[in-house]
Amino acid sequence: MAVPSHDVLIIGAGLAGQRAAIAAAQTGATVAIISKVHPVRSHSVAAAGGINAALNPEDTWESHAYDTVKGSDYLGDQDAIEIMCREAPDEILWLEHAGVTFHRDASGHLGTRAFGGASAARTYYVADITGHALLHVLYEQLMKHSHQIDRYEEWFTTDLLQDDAGRCDGAICRNLRDGKVEVFNAKAVILASGGAGQAYKPTTNGLIVTGDGIAQAYRIGAKLMDMEMIQYHPTTLAGNGLLITEGARGEGAWLLNAEGERFMEKYAPNKLELASRDVVSRAEQTEINEGRGFPDGTVALDITKVPRRRTLEALREIVNIGRDFAGVDITREPIHIHPGQHYIMGGVKTDVDGQTTIPGLYAAGEVACVSVHGGNRLGANSLLDTLIFGRRSGQHAAQQASHMNMPTTPASRAADTEQRIRDIINRPAGGRRVSAIKDELGETMNKYVAVFRDAEGLEQAHEIIRRLKEEAPSAAIDDRGSVFNQDVISAIELGYMLDCAEATVVGAIERTESRGAQFRTDFPTRNDDEWLKHIDISVNGADVPKVSYSEVTITRWQPQERTY
Amino acid sequence: MPEYLLKIRRYDPTSGHAAYWDEHAVELSGSNSVLDAILKVRDEVDGSVGIRCSCQQAICGSCGVRMNGKPGLACNTHLQEAADRRHDGDGDARPVIEVEPMGNMPVIRDLIVDMDAVHWKKIQRVTPYLINQEPIPEREYIVPHDAMVDVTQTMACIQCGACVSDCLSMEIDPGFIGPAALSKAYRFVGDPRDADHFERLKDLSEDPHGLYDCTHCFNCIDACPKGVAPMSQIMRLRRKAGTDEEITDRNNGNRHEEAFSTLVQDYGLLNEAELLPRSWGGNSWFGKFHPDAGRVLLKSLPAIIPAVLRGKVSPKIAMFGHKLAPDDLQAVKKIFTKVEGRDQRIELNLYVSGNDSDDDPTPVAVGAAAGEDGAPADKSPTFPGPGEASESASSESESA
Repeated sequence: MAVPSHDVLIIGAGLAGQRAAIAAAQTGATVAIISKVHPVRSHSVAAAGGINAALNPEDTWESHAYDTVKGSDYLGDQDAIEIMCREAPDEILWLEHAGVTFHRDASGHLGTRAFGGASAARTYYVADITGHALLHVLYEQLMKHSHQIDRYEEWFTTDLLQDDAGRCDGAICRNLRDGKVEVFNAKAVILASGGAGQAYKPTTNGLIVTGDGIAQAYRIGAKLMDMEMIQYHPTTLAGNGLLITEGARGEGAWLLNAEGERFMEKYAPNKLELASRDVVSRAEQTEINEGRGFPDGTVALDITKVPRRRTLEALREIVNIGRDFAGVDITREPIHIHPGQHYIMGGVKTDVDGQTTIPGLYAAGEVACVSVHGGNRLGANSLLDTLIFGRRSGQHAAQQASHMNMPTTPASRAADTEQRIRDIINRPAGGRRVSAIKDELGETMNKYVAVFRDAEGLEQAHEIIRRLKEEAPSAAIDDRGSVFNQDVISAIELGYMLDCAEATVVGAIERTESRGAQFRTDFPTRNDDEWLKHIDISVNGADVPKVSYSEVTITRWQPQERTY
Repeated sequence: MPEYLLKIRRYDPTSGHAAYWDEHAVELSGSNSVLDAILKVRDEVDGSVGIRCSCQQAICGSCGVRMNGKPGLACNTHLQEAADRRHDGDGDARPVIEVEPMGNMPVIRDLIVDMDAVHWKKIQRVTPYLINQEPIPEREYIVPHDAMVDVTQTMACIQCGACVSDCLSMEIDPGFIGPAALSKAYRFVGDPRDADHFERLKDLSEDPHGLYDCTHCFNCIDACPKGVAPMSQIMRLRRKAGTDEEITDRNNGNRHEEAFSTLVQDYGLLNEAELLPRSWGGNSWFGKFHPDAGRVLLKSLPAIIPAVLRGKVSPKIAMFGHKLAPDDLQAVKKIFTKVEGRDQRIELNLYVSGNDSDDDPTPVAVGAAAGEDGAPADKSPTFPGPGEASESASSESESA
């Protein structure tokens, strides 16, 4: 049987993956893009508010970069941030020309909205379905270039392959349709498989966001970085944790506590609701903890401050979410929200071309840590991150591939994986269910590794994760079939999430200071002398992961006290 | 919490068994979603229940299914809302919710259907990417805000397949391009940056499974969880093809539609006997004497003769048409004069709200289709006032 072979193999088909595929194909490479779901189901689809770029003539990329550096609490690497912000305007124009239906201003030029932590309104948007619009337009381009880009939709990646020298040269994947396992040869592999939000419960992330790529890279020895930096979004729905876009506050919505007080005046007198997400989330949690929240553990987001017609035009999705999932007409009354897990700033450590510490392996998007987000990501910088570093990874990988030979891993290499999957399917009954272990993990993370953390809670979380890691290999599944066996996939994903969660907890224990999204109640201040550095995490057999450090790149912005 | 009886349609192609109903009692609040119930079963009882799902907030489009006969997303359909669709209770005291895979697409496993084989093939059919107006500007295209808001309605499609599931035309003609793909086509035809408006419209009009294959059953509008209103987009494509571009297609679709319209204008009511003659022979009483009309009438005799014999058609009405009271007829004609006398057509659009008044509890989905002709209009974006808003509901019937 012929083994599918491509210059560049991309795993994950959200924005980063699709952008990488298009860039690699345009550089002349043969490309395959593999995704465990149909590409338009990827979680990029849920990004609502917009994408940042200093495209207006009055705006500057330096201003955007400074906001990003400050937002990161000085943990972002400034060389990478400079590249991202410099290249942002051209990327927006590329998207516009590719067909993204960006909303306009009155003169017909691209329109902007305000967003958190930004000193100018530089967020470009399509109503509040920006990620959705971007993802679907990129998929249009994938369909357009189908002669250059092979799509493997609904294929689950189980292993990354390495040659004798340790270079990543392909992957093993399972076709969900029929359960067949195949080897894919590639000169370069780009991970673009997103974050790990499902390690938390609740989370704004979809059920598919299970840290696959982070764990796969980690397991073959790639370094992870900034894993302790977990973003809690300030406005998620009480109960189910669904996202209410920051666009709401960008359009003028207020945050109120149960006493009707606009509490952000106390915490961020200048930027108010549009301070950085870590700042707003901490403010809300403080209000709630100190008894000024509502009995359901929430504060209120008042979108009635936004003119109704504007809400209906520009915030249509959250009108629907309010109606369908909370029974609230957000144009008429405030909606109850609280901070909720949303994004992981950390990921597989890469350089500015997406190269990880494993030769031949790239990473881009939420799976990666360049690090442009540092301790805290600004709203509307994640879409930008996926596209800029997706493109750069695709270009770089394609160029490297052009002077390499195609690896020749035989199809028989899939046998071990097949056996492993058979073993999962044939597991004896009796263990706890995968879903039960996953729930315990999620609740643990949300309790101890959240907005406020301390040593005791983190140690507790680590202990639980170690226990779950031992238990997971015997977790029970029910599905013994070969066609669309989602049960066996969920058992594998559980292992991925546990790896990601452990890296997060180990990083959080290590960092004995408060910076960005990491707030240690036992170390409540930022400590630049000791902790202006990244924490790198790498695999250590089945043991607790190894910790090392790397420098933060500073080009022109020295750390300052951070106020909004 | 109430107990619901969840009946899931199960099927495993490798089992050798036919599809069957898998029943589970689920205790959940009525405002939980159908997906919540399915996931509860999957998490707590049987991990082998197959359904695609991810975001749980109606944006990823994975969980399209039929619930008590109606297609939609499992994640944004409340249990009680789904239960209320059934009145028989199935002999069970508990509210019953039957969940089946979507229609018009082959089932792969349980609730998972093969969207590639049908839905995505049809999307590919409509050249689903922008053909740029040349020259491509150095910066962005300057286009009216309203035009972008207008195509946002079709851009809002999440490709869930709910409209495809219950498209009656597709059931009869599996070749029909269908509601989702035609909406996708409107996303380009309505986009002023696209260079191929005419070619797209011509292509879709000439395709025997294209624009004129839709029979106005409204199922897709009812099914769509995102308010895309696919049928409205199909009608907009027709108005652009027939009225704006004057494309007369070989399927006779456009002339057939005009025949409908002129008959109502002339008689105040549809005159079925004159419909075929007019659509082939021209829009007047004399149309029936056109050779083409003669041919098609001759061909239709096997249908006409039994109809006459059973008294469904009277020769008198066939010759002279229905008679409406003169006042009523005048009133109908006035509607035509008013609607067709407008400078600009008003089209429905979800994202443009023409009404900001506080006494209106639901968003009014109305908007002026600015940039309708595809030209970057100079005029500043304006929204229609409430007056226009209330009229526009009638514009949909204009083409029917």
